[in-house]
Amino acid sequence: MDSDAEPILEIEGLTKVYPGGLKALDDIGLTIRKGEIFALLGPNGAGKTTLIGAVCGLVRPSAGTIRAFGYDMHDDWRKARARIGLVPQELSTDMFEPVHRAVSYSRGLFGLPPDKTRIEEVLRSLSLWDKRNERIMALSGGMKRRVLIAKALAHEPDLLFLDEPTAGVDVELRREMWKQIDTMRARGVTIILTTHYIEEAEEMADRVGIIRNGKILMVDEKEAMMARLGRTEALIDLTEPLAELPPAMTRFPVTLGKDGMQICYRGGDGTGKGKAEVADLTKALVSCGIDYTGIDIHESSLEDIFVDLVGERA
Amino acid sequence: MGFNFRGAWSIYTREVMRALRTAFQSILSPVLTTSLYFIVFGAAIGGRMPAMDGVEYAAFIIPGLLMLTLLGETTSNASFGIYMPRFTGTIYELLSAPVGVAETLVGFVGAAATKSLILAAIILTTATLFVDYSIAHPFYAVLYIMLVAASFSLFGFILGVWADSFEKLGIIPLLILTPLTFLGGTFYSIDMLPAPWDKIALANPIVYLVNGLRWTFYGSSDVSIGVSLGLTCGFLALCICVIAYIFKTGWRLRT
Repeated sequence: MDSDAEPILEIEGLTKVYPGGLKALDDIGLTIRKGEIFALLGPNGAGKTTLIGAVCGLVRPSAGTIRAFGYDMHDDWRKARARIGLVPQELSTDMFEPVHRAVSYSRGLFGLPPDKTRIEEVLRSLSLWDKRNERIMALSGGMKRRVLIAKALAHEPDLLFLDEPTAGVDVELRREMWKQIDTMRARGVTIILTTHYIEEAEEMADRVGIIRNGKILMVDEKEAMMARLGRTEALIDLTEPLAELPPAMTRFPVTLGKDGMQICYRGGDGTGKGKAEVADLTKALVSCGIDYTGIDIHESSLEDIFVDLVGERA
Repeated sequence: MGFNFRGAWSIYTREVMRALRTAFQSILSPVLTTSLYFIVFGAAIGGRMPAMDGVEYAAFIIPGLLMLTLLGETTSNASFGIYMPRFTGTIYELLSAPVGVAETLVGFVGAAATKSLILAAIILTTATLFVDYSIAHPFYAVLYIMLVAASFSLFGFILGVWADSFEKLGIIPLLILTPLTFLGGTFYSIDMLPAPWDKIALANPIVYLVNGLRWTFYGSSDVSIGVSLGLTCGFLALCICVIAYIFKTGWRLRT
C-alpha cells in the first residue's frame, strides 16, 4: 500500500457523547488513504460502530469534523454520501423483497439510474444471481449478508464500510468473502472494516487501527505493527534439569523454568528475527552439551498483540 | 447534487409496491369495511332516515365514511411506512444515502397519499353500487381529498417516528382518530345535536374535515368551507414544521 496515497477520509477531533454522559468517541483523529483496506479493531463497546455511524450519517457527532473525498460531511453530505457504501453489522433488510429488487432499490436511493448489467454483475460476483428472484427471508444467514454487501455495492461506492462483514458465517464462506473483499480492493474501492476475527484483519488489512473506550490507541501499517510489537516465544524442554543457565546463554533473552527443566525464550520482533535466534540458541545448547527433548515455538499473531494492548479479546 | 429525484422515486415506488404486496390488508379490507357501513347505515337504516339538507341520508354519509377511511388508513400507512424501517433497522440505508427530508417526504408521504387516493377512488366507485349520488364540485373534492391525504400522511409519518412500539403505533388511529371521526358528523349533521353538544362538537377538528368534504359533494355543510380549508392547510403546515424539526435534530432517527 502506497503510504503517500491521497487521503480519502479525514477525521479530526471526532467526539460523540450520548445523553446520559457516555462518551462513545473521544477526540478521534484518523486518515484513510485511497485504495487501502483498513481494519478497525477493538473490544465490544469500544466505539467501532459509532465511528462508522458518525461517518455514514447514522450518528450525530457532538464535536469534530469529517471530510470524505474532500467534502465536509456536515455541509456537503449529499456529495460525500453518494460515494460511500455501508454494510451494517445487523442483517437489516426488507425480508419480503426479492433479492434483485432490494439491490436495485439501493442503487436508486443513491441517485443512480437503473442498470441491469451492473446489478447482474454485482449479484454474480457474490454468487447471488441464481437467488435473484427469491425473497430475502428464504435465504441462509450467509446469503443474507451477501445481499447486504450487494446492496452496498449497487451504487459503485469508492469507500466501503464493512461492519463485522463475516460475523456468524462459516469458515468456508468467510474465506470466500475475503476473496470478494480482495476483488473490491483490486477495483480500487477503499475498505474500512471492523471485525472480531483478528485473523481477518491479519489476512487482509494494509493498516490496522486499535480503538478502546472511544479512543484510538494505535494506527499503523500491519507489517510495521507486527514487527514492532510482535514476539517469538520458544519453550525448550530439557533432558536433565539445570541449576542455572550457562554463561553462553546470557546473550539470549531466555529464562529458566519448571525447576530447571525448561528454557523459555521470548524475543524477536515479528519479522522472523526471533526464529533465527532460537536456531542459534539450540546450537549454543548443543555446544554446551545440554540435551533437549522438544521445542515448542510460537510467533505472536496480531491477536496476541491486540490482547497485549487492550487486555481483552476483540 | 441537489434534490435526489431518483432517490425519492425509489422510496415512492418501493412503498407503493409494499402496498400492492399487502393489497388485501391495505386496500380490500377498508373497502369491505366501508361497504358494510353503506349496507347497514345507508341501505338498512338510511331508508328510514329523513333527508339531510335535501340530501338522501345514504348519500349524506358518503363524505363522512370516506373521511373515516381516509384518516385511519392514511395515518396507518404513513406511520407504518417509516416505523417498520426503524423497527427492523433498515433505516440505516435511508440515513446513509444522499436523501434528505424532501426526498423522504416525497417518497414515504407521497406513497401513503397515493394509496389513500386509490382507496378513495375505489370507495367512491363502490358507493355507486349502494347509493345514487353526484358530486357538486368534483374538482374541489379531488383537491380536498388530496389535501387531507397529504396532511394525514405527514401526521402518520410523525407518528411513525414518535412510536417506539406497535402499541403506540395503533393508539392514535384507533383511540383518537376513529372516535373523533364518529363524533365528527360522519353519520349526522351537528345541527341535529342538542345544546350544548352542538357547540362542543365544534371543538372536534374532524368536524371541519368531514364538513369540508361534504361541502365539495353537496355544496352545503355545517361549517364554512373557508374555515375547513384554513384548518386543514394549517394542520398541513404544522406537520411540515414538525417533520423539518425531526430531520434537523435527528430526533428518534439518528442517535
